[in-house]
Amino acid sequence: MSEIDAGPATVVAPPAVRARAGRRGFGRLLRTQPLGAIAAVVIVLFVAAAALAPFIAPFDPTAQHRDAFLAVPGSPYLMGTDDLGRDIFSRVLYGARTSLLVAVCTLVAGGVIGMVIGVVSGYYAGGWVDTLLQRIMDTLMAIPGIVLLLFIAALLGPSIRNTVIALSLLVIPTFNRVSRGEMLRIREELYVESARASGCSTWRILRRHGLPNLLAPILVVASLTFAIIIIAESALSFLGIGTPPPTPSWGAMLSDGSRYMEIAPWMVVFPGGALTLGVLAFNLLGDALRDFFDPKQSTR
Amino acid sequence: MASPAAHREDTAPAPGPPLMEVTDLVKHFPITRGLLRRTVGHVRAVDGVSFTIGAGETVGLVGESGSGKSTVARLVLRLLDPTSGSVKFDGQEIAALSQRELTPLRRNMQIVFQDPVSSFDPRMTICSVITEPLEAQGISSGQQARDRAAELLDLVGLSSRDLDKYPHQFSGGQAQRIGIARALATNPRLLVCDEAVSALDVSVQAQVLNLLRKLQVELGLSYLFIAHDLNVVRYISDRICVMYLGRVVEQGPADAVMTDPKHPYTRTLAGAIAADPRTGGGTRRVVVRGEMPSPSNPPPGCPFHPRCPQAFDRCSTEVPAPLPAGEGGRTASCHLLDITAVNGKAVGR
Repeated sequence: MSEIDAGPATVVAPPAVRARAGRRGFGRLLRTQPLGAIAAVVIVLFVAAAALAPFIAPFDPTAQHRDAFLAVPGSPYLMGTDDLGRDIFSRVLYGARTSLLVAVCTLVAGGVIGMVIGVVSGYYAGGWVDTLLQRIMDTLMAIPGIVLLLFIAALLGPSIRNTVIALSLLVIPTFNRVSRGEMLRIREELYVESARASGCSTWRILRRHGLPNLLAPILVVASLTFAIIIIAESALSFLGIGTPPPTPSWGAMLSDGSRYMEIAPWMVVFPGGALTLGVLAFNLLGDALRDFFDPKQSTR
Repeated sequence: MASPAAHREDTAPAPGPPLMEVTDLVKHFPITRGLLRRTVGHVRAVDGVSFTIGAGETVGLVGESGSGKSTVARLVLRLLDPTSGSVKFDGQEIAALSQRELTPLRRNMQIVFQDPVSSFDPRMTICSVITEPLEAQGISSGQQARDRAAELLDLVGLSSRDLDKYPHQFSGGQAQRIGIARALATNPRLLVCDEAVSALDVSVQAQVLNLLRKLQVELGLSYLFIAHDLNVVRYISDRICVMYLGRVVEQGPADAVMTDPKHPYTRTLAGAIAADPRTGGGTRRVVVRGEMPSPSNPPPGCPFHPRCPQAFDRCSTEVPAPLPAGEGGRTASCHLLDITAVNGKAVGR
């Protein structure tokens, strides 16, 4: 900032400022948060693998190869086969689809609902709307996550859709808390008062000032929550109340593989590795984004 | 109509009905305790303030921190709802209007904040900052609004090349010019400047003050100018209201109030700038004792009596009413003036 202050009264920003303002996004992430940038690349690879699974996978993930039960990793089964002779490499690829699908759906549903509740609640903080919504959120948070998940799964039966519903309920309070807190801060910002003085409606203020200023912290929470959802989905599938067989899911594969751990460790190593790598990548990205958006660390 | 500059010289009250008329404005903030938010008291931020602003006139509002100046600014713009009292803008009562009914009126009255940079959304370009009032009011949008923004930047002495920059790329003085451009976007008739130059250094302060004066002449604006710097207020104002603990203790033509203060509090304020050559430099300096009492527990009687060097028994029991104190509609709220009127002798100087 100091270099700008020292400038002449007529405003011509130094070229350095203009150049720096243009160099945002991934370039700056790579420069300031190399680990986060690597994580972002890993995530992109995962997404690509999931999206292109039908083209990459050498076999149908549900096809049982009767001639190769528990085949050792090699050729043609890159990661071996499981107890039913299904190709693990193909299943891991398709499992990424399940994980990402569940995670994205949950984030969109739970994130949007949680954000809307949080933003409204935060803007009207102290009012009866806020009190009502927050007591509901408190109730939701008071129920242990696994109990809530088991309850919903038992109530609605195991399916991908029901897994999304159950996980959404679990993440709503997280998004609510973050966006309400941020909204409490934004509400007191001078630019909101300034907008009101200009005749902006409440809706316009929330849309033009509330949401854009919320997005940075929400993005951080989203990437961290993403990792939690992937684990939770796997846990549900591991317990047999998540993704129903034969749809491949990392959690279900771990569950199946745990019975053959001694004789066919590849059944758990590969889906487990994929899970670990995916979760690690999202966690690292979340941390990186948090630092990236922190104005105190920003070089701007 | 007389130009504002000429109007400053004769300091006569503005002709015609006032643009803004504030009567007995009160704002008490409740102090709440405990889970059930029981009200345990009130902060009397503004406690019965009356003043008028004529068309093309500048009214300065001065006072210490905590005297209620900024609360008055927010009340007259209805950014806060008054506890009681009346605010008339161009003859229309606005104290009781709903926010929806107020929206069309907002184009006529705008505010310039002390800290321009934090009054802009950091994620908005300067163009969006300036055109926001236009779009919110449905006056214009798109290219038309952008053209208007360029025109406004030109008016406040900046370049239209700055339209796509972000607030953090500007210095304080430049940012305040943008704040003024934004406030002028809807062609308002009244501009409330809440400590608009207080955060700027002296040379930039002078530039912005001169800009405000120039705009007043060109656009026929009225200003409610809030500051704690008496020199600044005196420079720009036609009339001055001196606030103390949520009340106006003295008001009148700017030069008269500063050179010949009638209220003991104004006298201490004026004493603080006694070294100013315009005041003659020979003024006896009155140093005020102690600090301003808390507005949540104001003293009985005259709010200034615990610190007043000339207080007597009546001051601690009876709230002084505004009494005529000279030409140009001057008033001061002090019992001493009452004695002067009764005994016909000068008191205090």
